[in-house]
Amino acid sequence: MTDLIPQLNLLLPEIFIAIMAMFILLVGLFIDDKNKHISYGLSQFTLLCAGLITASIGFSQPQFAFNDMFIFDSLALFLKMMSYITLSIVFIYSKKYLFDKNLLNGEYFSLSFFALLGVMLMISSKNLLLMYMGLELLSLSLYALIALNRDDKKSNEAAIKYFVLGALASGLLLYGMSMLYGFSGSLDLYTIGNVIQTQNINSEILVFGLVFIVVGIAFKLGAVPFQMWVPDVYEGSVTPITMMISTIPKFAAVAMLIRFLFQGLESLIVDWQQMLLIMAILSMVIGNITAIAQKKIKRMLAYSTISHIGFVLLGFYVGTISGVQASIFYLSTYIIMTLAVFGLVILLSSSTKSIELIDDLKGLSQTHPWEAFLMMIVMFSLAGIPPTIGFYAKFSILQVVVDKEVVWPAIVAVISALIGMYYYLRIIRYMYFEKPTKKINIKTHFPMLSILTINAGGLLVLGIFPKTLMSISALAVGGSL
Amino acid sequence: MIANHILSIAIWSPIFFGVLILILNNRLSTRKINYVALFGSLVSFIVTIPIYKNFNTALSTFQFQEFHHWIIPFNINYHLGVDGFSVPLILLTSFMTVLVVLISYQSGIFKKAGYYSAFLIMSGLMIGVFCSLDAILYYIFWEAMLIPMFLIIGIWGGSNRIYATIKFFLYTVLGSLLMLIAFLYLYFKSGTFSIIDYYYLPISLEVQIFIFLAFFMAFAVKIPMWPLHTWLPDAHVQAPTGGSVILAAIMLKLGGYSFIRFAMPIAPDASLFLKPFMISLSLIAIVYIAFVALIQKDMKKLIAYSSISHMGFVTLGLFLMSPLAVEGAYIQMISHGFISAAMFICVGILYDQTHSREIKNYGGVINKMPIFTAFAVFFAMANAGLPGTSGFVGEFMVILGAMKENFWIAFIAATTLILGAAYSLWLIKRVFYGDIGNAKVGNLSDIKSKDFIVLGTLASLILFVGVYPKIISDITNSSVLQFIELISFSKAAIL
Repeated sequence: MTDLIPQLNLLLPEIFIAIMAMFILLVGLFIDDKNKHISYGLSQFTLLCAGLITASIGFSQPQFAFNDMFIFDSLALFLKMMSYITLSIVFIYSKKYLFDKNLLNGEYFSLSFFALLGVMLMISSKNLLLMYMGLELLSLSLYALIALNRDDKKSNEAAIKYFVLGALASGLLLYGMSMLYGFSGSLDLYTIGNVIQTQNINSEILVFGLVFIVVGIAFKLGAVPFQMWVPDVYEGSVTPITMMISTIPKFAAVAMLIRFLFQGLESLIVDWQQMLLIMAILSMVIGNITAIAQKKIKRMLAYSTISHIGFVLLGFYVGTISGVQASIFYLSTYIIMTLAVFGLVILLSSSTKSIELIDDLKGLSQTHPWEAFLMMIVMFSLAGIPPTIGFYAKFSILQVVVDKEVVWPAIVAVISALIGMYYYLRIIRYMYFEKPTKKINIKTHFPMLSILTINAGGLLVLGIFPKTLMSISALAVGGSL
Repeated sequence: MIANHILSIAIWSPIFFGVLILILNNRLSTRKINYVALFGSLVSFIVTIPIYKNFNTALSTFQFQEFHHWIIPFNINYHLGVDGFSVPLILLTSFMTVLVVLISYQSGIFKKAGYYSAFLIMSGLMIGVFCSLDAILYYIFWEAMLIPMFLIIGIWGGSNRIYATIKFFLYTVLGSLLMLIAFLYLYFKSGTFSIIDYYYLPISLEVQIFIFLAFFMAFAVKIPMWPLHTWLPDAHVQAPTGGSVILAAIMLKLGGYSFIRFAMPIAPDASLFLKPFMISLSLIAIVYIAFVALIQKDMKKLIAYSSISHMGFVTLGLFLMSPLAVEGAYIQMISHGFISAAMFICVGILYDQTHSREIKNYGGVINKMPIFTAFAVFFAMANAGLPGTSGFVGEFMVILGAMKENFWIAFIAATTLILGAAYSLWLIKRVFYGDIGNAKVGNLSDIKSKDFIVLGTLASLILFVGVYPKIISDITNSSVLQFIELISFSKAAIL
């Protein structure tokens, strides 16, 4: 019992989030429609406290809890902090939109926190069971969140689609896990890794298990060929939920990938490298080409996400620490860009009429010059054109790939990036080169606009001084691998 | 203190004024914006003069170097420096920006603040390209420069501007991205992004060829060389006058400059290996594109094709690899900067009054605009390479260099003197001479003092360089010798 107390210390953020999630749900029952900002304030407060608690654990050697099921290392610290910040920004951007749609209730915050809890457990798990538990907690919360707008047919369709495919992926992942357990006799990732290395195991069966694990991860990331759910779910959900789906779960998926492939199954590197490479190339090429054909913003962004995930996977494919560092850096910039772009879409949407088609952006520079300017920065950043941070993200991935002395994936990557530029430029073209067709009559919400200005302007500032973010991501990975 | 940051000031002062104009946009009237833009461009021009004044022509090393660590994990540095190849182009850039501001003064351009600030920011970025000694810094300036040009053509361009600007952007980016991979490979080999270190990095011939081809894609699109030129006529025709001027005068030169700075010294063996290929492409550009220019119906398109043909001389001169030819290629770059800019300004002046670029819609302009016609005829002569103008010097030196190499190369290249005269003078005949073609031409009025100053300055510069080319060759001389030494040194042999 005495041993448990210092160990509990490591889990304090998770425990706190779990308690607050239930508390906010309860509070939500007792407040009327006018006082909904109380739950909002409580939620932001929760995230702030969780951040402080996590920071107080501090950055040191990896620490373990609960019979080594739970790990807290620099990567966990970094990813958890990023998740808090991301969720906090998601709440800021979503507040007004959801309030107008009458969806800003206790359930929304509570479900978001349960999803966050799932993400945090996945980030910190070193054990197959804990990993699976975190994954299910995350997925179930997301299914419910997507269906939050329950009167909307599209939301329901998206939720069902996500649920069916998600359940399938979970099943595959569980099957892969059972195989790993089968020949190693352990649920602990490090032990599994040791057993594979030291004992002579039939590698065909092992690779068979590996395939299922990789498929499970790829599904969560939305990499080709497991991307089918992405566009439909993005389109069907209300935009704030889309923003959440496209950001926080990616942290979990990437953590799962690092824990499984780099910390557990490192010795199978030759096998999983090929899988990652194929998925990376397919994601970049198919994501970018398909995005060109889209007419709806959210679908376009869905395919753009797929292509960005391709880049992230390309960094992992390299299989070195610097490769993981590049991928984590790419992921961080991707999250910042995604927040900004969805924030802008939400800002330009009102409760009655939201921006759906890319055509709706026509002539935006004439009606909303500042918003159009911010959107332009975000688009250039997504396209990876200097001096925005998006360029350095692509740059660091290409650098590690070329360092491996295989140049052709890098060439495929730049060509797909070039294809991608076409549809990012198309948004700029609609905003700046064409005349407005429909009047966008939205009074912009000033506090949100200022946060967005910081967010989008940050892409430019970080682009001129990218060193800090690069070093932090590098440090996070370096401390745990 | 200031002397150490002379290049940074040259880069950042136009960018500062560009941003300032954007901020002032809603607070000042268009008239005042004009003044701010003119003031900004003049200041930006004046701060580049000390670079020329204090440049030590005896040295072949990089001068006014500035070095700051920037992105340490990748060993990327803010490293600036200039040699004889950069200095004239820097001055050309800042000078052209002043002219562009001047010619946009009265013409009916909407959203003028954005227009000016795009040009000023672009000017700073282009000077950045000419100053960078770090490959990634260079790449960032090179790519960032596309953004203002993309907007200039897209927002202020003609009717088919969207197609033209997207084509321009994607064409250029494709090449640049391959160049980025070449840089990454060089970094992988050497552990640095410093351009000077690349000059002495031994690389095998096979790898050099790949690196050279990656660079080729980037620079040949920019110059542009046949067959990668197709974006240029579209971009030129659709761009507003200022855009065409900068595009022709500076942006095309970036390609030639980059061949000198990167492709040839970094991959000397590949350059030698691919010399016949490069010379053939240049000759095709010179002759074939000149024929294409001959049949154009649109004045801007004609000048655009003539630009491609003239830039063929630049690549021809560079790849002849003799001091005389390289020097000639360089003077041709500067001279073409003046001449093409002047011709695009002339077309712009006509277009502002009649809103037509079609040659057939003109005729007899001389009756209404005698002073303007005098200038236009002079520029057309310079374009044709009339002795005494700067157009003659560069072409003549390149042809002389070619003669030493091979008679037939010189012969083919020299046909341009005939073809150039043909398309330039035929253009003049159809547009300016003869009877007044239609009512629109009848309503033309001659140029005002502002345009007179702009065209007069350009004309005197063309004459001055034509009579006294030493002013350029003095600066470049030691750099040319250094360049020849670099490219005649086999890197593959010491492996």
